[in-house]
Amino acid sequence: MNNARPRIAVHKFASCDGCQLAFLNLGEDLLALAQAVEIVHFAEAGPVDPDAAVDIAFIEGSISTPEDAERVRRVRANSRYLVTVGACATSGGLQALRNFADAREWLAAIYAKPEYIQSLATSTPISSHVKVDLELWGCPVSGRQLLAATRSLLFAVPPWYEKDKVCLECKRHQNVCVMVAKGAPCLGPVTRAGCGALCPAFRRDCYACYGPAENPNAESLARRFEGLGLMPEAVARRFLFINGAAPAFAEAGLKRRGKPHD
Amino acid sequence: MESGFLPRTRFQTLLDALHRAGYRCVGPRVRDGAIVYDTLTRAEELPRGMRDRQAPGRYRLEQTGNPRFFSWANGPQALKPFVFAPQEPLWRSERNASGEIRFAEISPPAERLAIIGVRACDLAALRLQDRHFQEGVVADSHYAARRRNLILIAVHCTHPADTCFCVSTGDGPRATQDFDLALSELDDGYLVQAGSEPGRELAAQLTLTRATAAQREAAAREIEESAKSQTRRLPSRQLRDALFANLEHPRWNDVAERCLSCGNCTAVCPTCFCHSEAEEPTLAGDHSRHLRLWDSCFTQGHSYIHGLTIRADTRTRYRQWLTHKLGSWHDQYGRSGCVGCGRCIAWCPVGIDITEEAAAICGGGTHG
Ligand code: SF4
Ligand code: SF4
Ligand code: SF4
Ligand code: SF4
Repeated sequence: MNNARPRIAVHKFASCDGCQLAFLNLGEDLLALAQAVEIVHFAEAGPVDPDAAVDIAFIEGSISTPEDAERVRRVRANSRYLVTVGACATSGGLQALRNFADAREWLAAIYAKPEYIQSLATSTPISSHVKVDLELWGCPVSGRQLLAATRSLLFAVPPWYEKDKVCLECKRHQNVCVMVAKGAPCLGPVTRAGCGALCPAFRRDCYACYGPAENPNAESLARRFEGLGLMPEAVARRFLFINGAAPAFAEAGLKRRGKPHD
Repeated sequence: MESGFLPRTRFQTLLDALHRAGYRCVGPRVRDGAIVYDTLTRAEELPRGMRDRQAPGRYRLEQTGNPRFFSWANGPQALKPFVFAPQEPLWRSERNASGEIRFAEISPPAERLAIIGVRACDLAALRLQDRHFQEGVVADSHYAARRRNLILIAVHCTHPADTCFCVSTGDGPRATQDFDLALSELDDGYLVQAGSEPGRELAAQLTLTRATAAQREAAAREIEESAKSQTRRLPSRQLRDALFANLEHPRWNDVAERCLSCGNCTAVCPTCFCHSEAEEPTLAGDHSRHLRLWDSCFTQGHSYIHGLTIRADTRTRYRQWLTHKLGSWHDQYGRSGCVGCGRCIAWCPVGIDITEEAAAICGGGTHG
């Protein structure tokens, strides 16, 4: 009977472990999950078998070292479905800020012996290296997303894929818009739903931890931020942040980086 | 129709009468920098002296020191969230051990709700939502259950915002239909007018004094001045033909450059009714809730049919919004879908103005 349960693995690459905590924080649902599937590799929770063949591999973290670029290929080869969880695995994450700078210079500034550090000049999403079947955005992802994706894969139906803007969730929760009522530079209009508009519910502006939504108009929003009084570098920093390497955000941000005040 | 005068010092008696009749009162309150509808138990919770300043993409409140409770124009919410819930479960399904599936309706809460401070534009919008949700072949049971339990205390609008244009759509500022009580706010109190049997019963429980001719004149004058103060307008009440004759107008590209396709306009619009549905299964897979959620013609899913997205870009999505709201509504419901509340102008994060876009595409002025 147990042999029929789908096998899952949770792999870690360059990341903070926060998305793996979304699994560990599931509470009762974690027990239900452990009944529904067989967890064969999840180092942070106990089981270690990184090279096991599995039905679903969840990947946290980005590719930032030559070994990881190799390792992710092995994971892909051993997995039926490959699901990225979180900003790092899906867009390159916060550490992809180095893509816009001289990574070597940073290494030299921080480490006494940088020659011992083997690190790529960029941090890239899993999809730049292998085929990805489903991307779950968020920094971190929520338990709700993990359960919904797992449930759909167990039902063998295509998982529901959030792609609308945070504004939709924000209005469903009847929050007062912080951009219109306070002039806060909210990234909700270009950011993917999924968090339930958490930040505007607490009266602050969204900083796009769920990455770009479908059909994002980052350029118009960037112009609006300038209209609210933000300097070009301040606008650039709004976009070049947790998901800064996502192309829609990189474009709007880099266009304003290094521009003098006008 | 007119029942008398209620001094402001006795406003609480109106709330008390509603509470006694088993209603939860919902009225204007200040939250997070805006006037929103929220539970109201004491008259002191009303936004005394608050005034809004609205412009495209901008909303701010200020305190004027005025003793009035209703000297503001509408905030982001309309009546819509109270009848067409932003998200709600419609039914649940269960699978038992032998694999049979059963469906059960999830009934909406049967709470009696009194909404205080409703404006003419929102009553006109409610009329349209009634037509859409409960006057068709099949009534929407969730909408109808909530609608049945509403009692509406209107206030004739004396403080339109710069974004308002209900005069041009013919929907305000005087409330003329579908209210139970309507109030005219004066410096010291309210002229009370009943519009229904429950309204008359409610008015009978209040200690009202006889209204004077001077009070009546002052009330009429304020509403007239309020109408005159509106400067925005739509080019015409019938824009269907002009819109559909201009489907390739270059202005659609221009607005698509600015529009974020964020759906805020449709969410705050009191007449928009689009929704999506979603399934929420438990991890064990034996139960699932089926949800209805506010959707928008600005989402990709709105025009997705198996394997194909009809409106993939913002140009066609904005065009859908405008040609439906101001165009094909005439065919569906015999009038335009716009009641001139101005919410889509103020609450658009980039300040896109429906009256300006309509004028650019159909010709005609927006200020007059
Ligand atoms: S607060 Fe932000 S997310 Fe919410 S509606 Fe406004 S812009 Fe959109
Ligand atoms: S509102 Fe934005 S920053 Fe906040 S949790 Fe949601 S996506 Fe992340
Ligand atoms: S289209 Fe705009 S102005 Fe007209 S009713 Fe809707 S929100 Fe109000
Ligand atoms: S018109 Fe404004 S509110 Fe409507 S989708 Fe476009 S940007 Fe959003």
